[in-house]
Amino acid sequence: MVSRRTALTAAGVGIAGVAGAAAVGSVMMNDAPDPAAASPGAPVPFFGAHQAGIVTPAQDRLHFVAFDVITKDRARLVEMLREWTAAAARMTAGRDAGLLGAVGGQPEAPPDDTGEALGLPASGLTLTVGFGPSLFRDADGVDRFGIADKRPAALEDLPHFPGDAIKPEISGGDICVQACSNDPQVAVHAVRNLARIGFGVVSVRYSQLGFGRTSSTSRAQATPRNLMGFKDGTRNLKLEDGKLLDEQLWAHADDGAAWMAGGSYLVTRRIRMLIETWDRTSLTEQEAIFGRDKGEGAPLGRQKEFDEPDFAAKGADGSPAIAMDAHVRLAHPAQNSDAHLLRRGYNFVDGSDGLGRLDAGLFFMAYQRDPRKQFVPVQRNLARHDTLNEYIRHTSSALWACPPGVAKEGDFWGAGLFS
Amino acid sequence: MRKLPALTAVAVLGLGLTACTTDPEPAAPGATTGPIAVKATDTACEVGRVENAAGTVTFNVTNSGAKVTEFYVYAAGDRVMGEIENIAPGLTRELKVELAAGTYETACKPGMTGKGIRGAFKATGSAAPLTADAKLAEATASYQRYVQSQTAALLPKTEEFVAAVKAGDVAKAKALFPVVRTYWERIEPVAEIFGDLDPKIDGRAEVIEEGMAFTGFHRLEQDLWEKNDISKSGPIADQLLVDVKEIVAKADAEKLSPLQLANGAKELLDEVASGKITGEEDRYSHTDLWDFAANVEGSKAAVQALRPTLEERAPELVASLDAAFKNVDDTLGKHRDGDGWKLHTALSQADLKELTNVINALAEPISKIAAVISK
Repeated sequence: MVSRRTALTAAGVGIAGVAGAAAVGSVMMNDAPDPAAASPGAPVPFFGAHQAGIVTPAQDRLHFVAFDVITKDRARLVEMLREWTAAAARMTAGRDAGLLGAVGGQPEAPPDDTGEALGLPASGLTLTVGFGPSLFRDADGVDRFGIADKRPAALEDLPHFPGDAIKPEISGGDICVQACSNDPQVAVHAVRNLARIGFGVVSVRYSQLGFGRTSSTSRAQATPRNLMGFKDGTRNLKLEDGKLLDEQLWAHADDGAAWMAGGSYLVTRRIRMLIETWDRTSLTEQEAIFGRDKGEGAPLGRQKEFDEPDFAAKGADGSPAIAMDAHVRLAHPAQNSDAHLLRRGYNFVDGSDGLGRLDAGLFFMAYQRDPRKQFVPVQRNLARHDTLNEYIRHTSSALWACPPGVAKEGDFWGAGLFS
Repeated sequence: MRKLPALTAVAVLGLGLTACTTDPEPAAPGATTGPIAVKATDTACEVGRVENAAGTVTFNVTNSGAKVTEFYVYAAGDRVMGEIENIAPGLTRELKVELAAGTYETACKPGMTGKGIRGAFKATGSAAPLTADAKLAEATASYQRYVQSQTAALLPKTEEFVAAVKAGDVAKAKALFPVVRTYWERIEPVAEIFGDLDPKIDGRAEVIEEGMAFTGFHRLEQDLWEKNDISKSGPIADQLLVDVKEIVAKADAEKLSPLQLANGAKELLDEVASGKITGEEDRYSHTDLWDFAANVEGSKAAVQALRPTLEERAPELVASLDAAFKNVDDTLGKHRDGDGWKLHTALSQADLKELTNVINALAEPISKIAAVISK
């Protein structure tokens, strides 16, 4: 376990710290994560073919942030991505954001790390970056950075779904960073330092804190519960799914955008839950809406969480055991041309809304190879038919192209896009 | 040891700024020393000689126009090397300014607005190059000239404002309020080093400590805009003038260290980000953008005073500072309203976000100056 404080004393201050970070980077590649080996404080390898934070076993905490790019200068944007990448490599290794660190620089200068993570271990921090459609062309169709012809066809704006209550000010964005960690302070620290480094180039559009992962992305993890009290992510794509990941998760060079090979598309949706109303709903109704029992998480009519749902089964009264509009039926790959998603959403509570109602819900995040074939048809299906819609409101929506991983020291996020 | 002559020169210069003469001597043709006559009108700025030997250069500025004018000597980046404000029509005033060998610009500003009527000016000679330390000494001297130019305007404007309040002239007092504050807000870092004078003059209702009265600009602002009653404001106004006089005397005598200059430039922008963008500072009058512009100008003055050292040690930083200052000026410029600024309440959330972005973008490179200076 590398802590920032030991890194300071062991490696000395300044240049020695860089050498230390490089050594860590070169021995730990993220291609073959080993969930069993991970302790809550251990670092997750930063360099690799794919970005960390996608199949990485879901950490407990989230700080997600969407930025607007406010510079018109392509060189400045690229320079910031380089600086971000270098800072991310250090922070995910449990080190300070800058070379000098929170306490190693000149006393007269602001530190190049904000310091609130001093003494904390890496805590499984992953930083995952994505590019929104508006980075390629603005609302007026202007090619902002000479990359419009590189926009993947899969990165087209999400359609308006029935029932959407999207607030523009917390939707979209040019660049996102997903910071996941087992310690909220470490995730917040990472986002804060990237925002600081980006001043003048990017401006925070909105951000979301999440606690309590609502999905498992590894079979080594137990299925957690969302704020409605149900297990979430039972049928999720998981890092052990090998061939299925290649088919459903990772973009391929021949999908239309060669620079995205090894990357993935991320859909983010802030889903407000009408908690008080839900809590007044009978258990039977709640279970019917999800199509699973609340205690074990088994599909209705079956015994165990991971039992396959039997959509043909009839209940005692002759009606389907799993209702035709039950969530589990509508979202099931069998109902959606075998579309899978890798979800890694988080519960959120942003206090109360001024009327005494909990401002809470699910910050939904789902990775996939092509949202046009995966998220969009599944969500269309859910938005039209799902009874759950009576208890939720989608208030934020965004789509991101998450480039492949950073192969080695000196490379940077999105190098393929800007080369 | 090299510092001493530079410091002495500053003291002389301070006197030169306020010295007047009614008998300008025309410069002899071809001479490279001796006083330089400047003929200022409402449309022209004729500088008798545009080249001079490096060292102390004397300008005799005659205003033969109809508008009050100002005369400036600028180094690169509009760093003020010397200036005379408030030259009334018909008057001649003298400016002594110490110039190292290099290129400069002169400017007359009829009506005291805008960039002025500019002309090139050259100081020649083989004066030994200044050492870095001398550059920093000159930076503090340069900034002190700036502070004095501001206090020279702050005091009479405060007197006008106080007189208007005491005369019960609400309209005039309201018009003067943001103008007086402009001079104050430009040099706020200096004011802040004088402890409780700052809260007495500029404290807001909630920052006043127990046992202290709510006085100064914001108390009068509240009386003018919120209470709509200045019939009992006389004593507060009198006290403001006493306090401003005291701070002006102290500020004129105070010399900030280069490090204080660098930090002051940043603190001014922090003021913008925390108090002006939010509309918190001028919550009764909503004239925050006047303060905003003044804070930025004050920050720029402090940075420009340090410019020679920065150009030598961190040229890239200078380039990014110039670009970021221009960005702020352009963005703020959208909100001009006649000679002044729109009210804070007239700005949309998107406007404020955009202003926040440009201030953050400027504050980041400015926060690096102190480290460069202290190397």
